Amino acid sequence: MTKNSLKLNSKVPSGTINYKWENHKSTLKLVSPNNRSNIEIIVVGTGLAGGSACASLSELGYQVKAFCYQDSPRRAHSVAAQGGINASKNYKGDNDSIYQLFYDTIKGGDYRSREANVYRLAEISSNIIDQCVAQGVPFARDYAGYLETRSFGGTKVSRTFYAKGQTGQQLLLSCYSAMSRQIGKGRIKMYNRHEMLDLVIIEGVARGIIARNLISGEIERHTANAVIIASGGYGNVFFLSTNAMGSNASAIWKVHKKGGLFANPCYTQIHPTCIPVHGNYQSKLTLMSESLRNDGRIWVPKKLDDAISMRNGTKKPENISEEERDYYLERRYPSYGNLVPRDVASRAAKERCEKGFGIEENETKEGVFLDFHSAINKYGKEKANELGIINPSDLEKMNLGEEVIESKYGNLFHMYEKITNQNPYKTPMKIYPAVHYTMGGLWVDYNLMSSIPGCYVIGEANFSDHGANRLGASALMQGLADGYFILPYTIADYLSRYIRVSKKISTQHEEFDKSEKNVKDRIKKLLQNNGSMSVDYFHKRLGNIMWEHVGMSRNHVGLSEAIKSIQLLRDEFWKNVFVPGKIDNGLNAELEKAGRVADFLELGELMTMDALNRKESCGSHFREEYQTKEGEALRDDIHYKYVSVWEYKENMSISDEIMYKENLNYTFVKVQSRSYK
Amino acid sequence: MKKLLNFKLKIWRQENKKEKGYFKTYQVHDISPNSSFLEMLDLLNNQIICDKKESSTIAFDHDCREGICGMCSLYINGRAHGPDNLITTCQLHMRHFRDGETIYVEPWRANPFPIIKDLVVDRSSFDRIIISGGFISVNTLGKTIDGNMIPIPKDKADKAFDAATCIGCGACVAACKNRSAMLFVSAKVSQFSLLPQGKIERKKRVINMVNKMDEEGFGSCTNTKACEAECPKGISTEYIAFMNNEYIRSFTI
Repeated sequence: MTKNSLKLNSKVPSGTINYKWENHKSTLKLVSPNNRSNIEIIVVGTGLAGGSACASLSELGYQVKAFCYQDSPRRAHSVAAQGGINASKNYKGDNDSIYQLFYDTIKGGDYRSREANVYRLAEISSNIIDQCVAQGVPFARDYAGYLETRSFGGTKVSRTFYAKGQTGQQLLLSCYSAMSRQIGKGRIKMYNRHEMLDLVIIEGVARGIIARNLISGEIERHTANAVIIASGGYGNVFFLSTNAMGSNASAIWKVHKKGGLFANPCYTQIHPTCIPVHGNYQSKLTLMSESLRNDGRIWVPKKLDDAISMRNGTKKPENISEEERDYYLERRYPSYGNLVPRDVASRAAKERCEKGFGIEENETKEGVFLDFHSAINKYGKEKANELGIINPSDLEKMNLGEEVIESKYGNLFHMYEKITNQNPYKTPMKIYPAVHYTMGGLWVDYNLMSSIPGCYVIGEANFSDHGANRLGASALMQGLADGYFILPYTIADYLSRYIRVSKKISTQHEEFDKSEKNVKDRIKKLLQNNGSMSVDYFHKRLGNIMWEHVGMSRNHVGLSEAIKSIQLLRDEFWKNVFVPGKIDNGLNAELEKAGRVADFLELGELMTMDALNRKESCGSHFREEYQTKEGEALRDDIHYKYVSVWEYKENMSISDEIMYKENLNYTFVKVQSRSYK
Repeated sequence: MKKLLNFKLKIWRQENKKEKGYFKTYQVHDISPNSSFLEMLDLLNNQIICDKKESSTIAFDHDCREGICGMCSLYINGRAHGPDNLITTCQLHMRHFRDGETIYVEPWRANPFPIIKDLVVDRSSFDRIIISGGFISVNTLGKTIDGNMIPIPKDKADKAFDAATCIGCGACVAACKNRSAMLFVSAKVSQFSLLPQGKIERKKRVINMVNKMDEEGFGSCTNTKACEAECPKGISTEYIAFMNNEYIRSFTI
């Protein structure tokens, strides 16, 4: 069911786009420093968004309670982001600017993100780099001591700051350090190995959470003046993904079921450069950074015969001559080449493999080459010139070139070799697309507040900045912008209004009783279920349905079938799942997984419904019925230039959710069809 | 298709910190040589669930499974993160083991890392060391100077980066006969002391962190370099020397 009208007030400030944030800040109310120490804020998730929010809010003097399911905030999945973080500093003098970064992001998101939010992100980006440098992030430097940058997909400038292939790790650790400093001061109370299992709403506003202590198994009540959700994305719906094993949707899903609107659930980014699936025992997929596409050339054989010989191992990539290779990205998209955005690169790989050109030596036949041979040659020559070696031998050039590649991507190459047992300096890497990042999430207004007053959502958990596709190196940027520089201002506006009427809420309030009872009942139901199948069995089956029908390409028939299959699977789960362990009996990984998979089984249906509703192709959402003659995505701006926003009603099923529309208006940028040719 | 493998596993089971632990023997069959060690444990846990004979699955820590979060641990056949160099347990693959081999799996063993359950230990002592001073005390609200106003020589930046690659997994402690945390602490101390931004607080930082490390019950370093040998990120014991120097310097200058 679809409705057009609703209370969806995005609160985007009026005025020209380049002054919106500045003007808005001057209208936001403040909380005086002596009041801040009386205000408690709960932050769920301690990755880049949550961690930076914790650090900044406690720095301002608020009392913060931080929750994470890991044993330490240092392990949040932001740690695994490899490639880099964007900022429009124009250090390279290649004509980068706030406008360029803004434009690339809007275009990259296929004109389905909120213009004002994206502009603000581009505006703040430079600040983030300065902040992180001051905190001691060891970004790459050139020989003069200045910050180094590189390029990423979907852009024509070099604006990505990086720390080898471990940028996420270095940014997260600096965030964690800043948090640690505040923990030491007593301004942050850290709850490690805790999982949020419900949001508590009192008199219409968010006032606390129910959390499970994962070590003792105890169910705890926590109150606060505001709740911030920074729990990341939900890509693990697909079972196999690049997400950490514990990444889950539970926090955002509980908020949704308590009335928080969910936006664009169907937008799941498929990342083009992952190590291909090699067996059904696999638990997850490993991402190779997009930055590799700076120097790696992607190809498959031109001849079907060659592809077949590759697959049965009779021919090696080294045996295929230059003329017999199809560098299909360079062929189809001459102006961006291997640096086209992720959705475009992913679909192109799928297209080649479906035509039979895949090279992986297993039954999936899915895989393409990412080849560094040309780059090694080029760098080898340059380096030899630099060192003044006259007529270097091929071997010398190769060694010098490999050294350069090693300094740029060493840890990624090492990781690839450990997993696949192949040396990527000598033979091309094999890659294939895999589920990576979810652009959908809880709906938020310009202040990053969800539709529930007092409940804020930041980073990957919200929907606003990336539209239908996220460009590389912009997730880190958004997480840190939200946490360090946006939320601390906007949340004060809410708290200042609220503090006058607020009295301390007791954990004995009946809403806490109700929520706790629901949480406990569900745990009991899972532990006492008389089933026989493991949680993973259901999760894998859900993943198969999602990947098959709601993955890289979708169609009406497949999506309709998927909805039915997910409903059936959900019923079967509740009838037949077996979770070992006793209630309140400490650490129980199976119980944790069971709760999360139960949530995925609901969210998966909503994602499918959303994909079915959107009868156009845009960004990561590719509907087979809507494509150009060349097989490119065909957007429908007349009918679908909106954010689809879903509402759950208490005690109703997922299929009864109502969809509202937030229309997207672009005033600063001209909406064009997206071409990377 | 490569030949599938079978193993006999001797796994440390322990209900909690107070209960006594013991080795329990399990058999696993038809394991792909390309499967990771943790994927093999997933399979074993699935087997335990289907058998319904035990009250709980084997608890072990893991998360990103990309070798970067530092969550996975495991002492395998007497080595932290098992029999290969420069990797975490999630990146250890079964092709490193012989068909039919008996494999011993234990938790990190160190007093400052108390056992929570089975193979899971509590590494929050590492967090407390960072809390004692592992940071640069800059305000996080965005009024700092332009990043390029602080030029850093490339060799210094690279050296700081190499120290910063520590993932805090605790293998250094597990591998050390003295249960010393010197490699972990020295990596953080060195990262910040090598950077101009971190130099201002260097004295206070090294003293606080070293004191905290002692207080948590970690042992001293006797230069056996077992930490370096087992560190998944290849962090050099050179940084321990650097930290010692920083420590002495903090009293003298």
